[in-house]
Amino acid sequence: MRRAAALAGALLLAAAPARAESVAPYAIVGDAIPMPLAGAKGDAKRGQAIVGDRQVGLCLLCHPGPFANERAQGTIGPDLRGAGARWSEGQLRLRLVDSQKVNPETIMPPFHRTQGLSRVAGAFRGRPILDAQQIEDAVTYLQTLTD
Amino acid sequence: MTVLGSRILAGLFGVALAPLAELRAGEIPFAELRSGSELMSPDTRAMQDADSANPGMLWVIEGEALWNAKAGAANLACADCHGAAELAMRGVAARHPAFDAKRNQAVNLAGSIEWCRVERQKAPALTAEGPEALALEAYVARQSRGLSIASTDAALRPLIESGRELYLRRQGQLDLSCAHCHTENWGRKLAGLALSQGHPNGYPLYRLEWQSFGSLERRLRNCLTGMRAEPYPAGASEYLALEAYLKWRAHGMPMESPAVRP
Ligand code: HEC
Ligand code: HEC
Ligand code: HEC
Repeated sequence: MRRAAALAGALLLAAAPARAESVAPYAIVGDAIPMPLAGAKGDAKRGQAIVGDRQVGLCLLCHPGPFANERAQGTIGPDLRGAGARWSEGQLRLRLVDSQKVNPETIMPPFHRTQGLSRVAGAFRGRPILDAQQIEDAVTYLQTLTD
Repeated sequence: MTVLGSRILAGLFGVALAPLAELRAGEIPFAELRSGSELMSPDTRAMQDADSANPGMLWVIEGEALWNAKAGAANLACADCHGAAELAMRGVAARHPAFDAKRNQAVNLAGSIEWCRVERQKAPALTAEGPEALALEAYVARQSRGLSIASTDAALRPLIESGRELYLRRQGQLDLSCAHCHTENWGRKLAGLALSQGHPNGYPLYRLEWQSFGSLERRLRNCLTGMRAEPYPAGASEYLALEAYLKWRAHGMPMESPAVRP
């Protein structure tokens, strides 16, 4: 019984490669990742929900941003307003995927990396904070923040 | 820091923990140390300062009763050997973790109390972080309120160094170190809440969010969970090492236990 369940679980994983469990390969050019992760197409509306949710995107733990209803915003990182004007799509993507590639000392978490981490809590082990589709959604949303 | 201040500190540490500069590299200068209580609302601050409003005093009162109660096969109270806690325990919390030369190991305050209970009272160990252990720790720590943290024992140096290493190490899914929040970003807001410098001077304390009294170890487990890191097992040596480093880092700060925190 248990083996059958485990097998079904494994099959489900295999059938859904873009799920949170996997990390998409990418190429860095300069300080950017020019190509979308896993060829996914981002959706600004979903991206807004991800960035605005402190449990999912975590962004507002550290950043202020254009979320009038969210009173508990952070002041550790810069305001997200204008990020789409300051950075290109590819630059935003690299900063979300792994900010340490730009600033090795940064406090900003690597949202799409599972290697090189230590003592990750059980529930989160082997999974990136955001999957490829979520990264693309967030990048697409950030590009709309031009002022 | 004043020249005099740094001379006094150099005098204190010169022998014990040289080279001081190396161990404190990148850390908050002594003159800029700020207690977590300085970031609290006036209401919470007032609650901490007035014994009649401070919920932690319930644990202190319970601890006083335990201090005077005979226990174990030796049928001795803490007071039978130590006398009045106000004298015997004055400053004891401020200098823990301490190095116990007889056992050749470092102990925190809970560990020192536990040793007396088991070896000297011949009583069964109290549940770690249980209500009675916390009450005794609260009562003993209370006798250091207002006294400066004194982390000057050279024998603790290796423990302090390993605690520093843990403090600076990135951990968990968020890949953060303690220093990222408490050394580099204190005073800034994490989700609307001002980050403190992460000092141990108020523990054990009453936390409104817990609606309960708790240990430093419990606070550290909360921080590790926030980093999405696996908390160390209860009572693990990593907590003692972190505590020793935090106390050293906070050297000179007044003790506030039983403090109140949001
Ligand atoms: C733990 C704190 C933290 C979290 C969580 C965090 N960031 Fe950051 N972020 C920073 C800091 C600090 C910087 C400034 C650059 C640096 O120090 O590396 C930064 C930089 C950035 C930048 C580039 C700076 C600019 O000019 O706009 C963007 C864009 C950004 N973050 C977006 C995000 C998004 C989107 C999220 C959530 C998916 C997020 N961050 C989550 C701390 C954080
Ligand atoms: C049989 C006598 C005896 C009893 C009973 C006893 N102790 Fe002790 N305690 C000692 C001795 C001896 C020491 C080590 C010498 C010293 O530091 O005073 C000690 C040390 C300590 C220390 C460390 C002091 C320091 O300066 O580092 C603490 C804390 C302590 N006891 C608390 C307690 C508490 C709380 C109780 C009751 C639960 C208790 N003791 C019961 C004899 C006793
Ligand atoms: C993501 C940021 C973050 C990280 C990383 C973090 N903490 Fe904390 N810590 C907090 C918050 C939030 C609080 C509660 C508010 C405050 O005191 O800053 C806190 C509180 C504390 C306190 C209690 C301070 C007081 O006055 O009551 C201590 C001590 C502490 N942290 C130590 C640590 C240690 C040691 C580590 C590394 C294992 C660590 N923290 C990692 C966010 C963090």
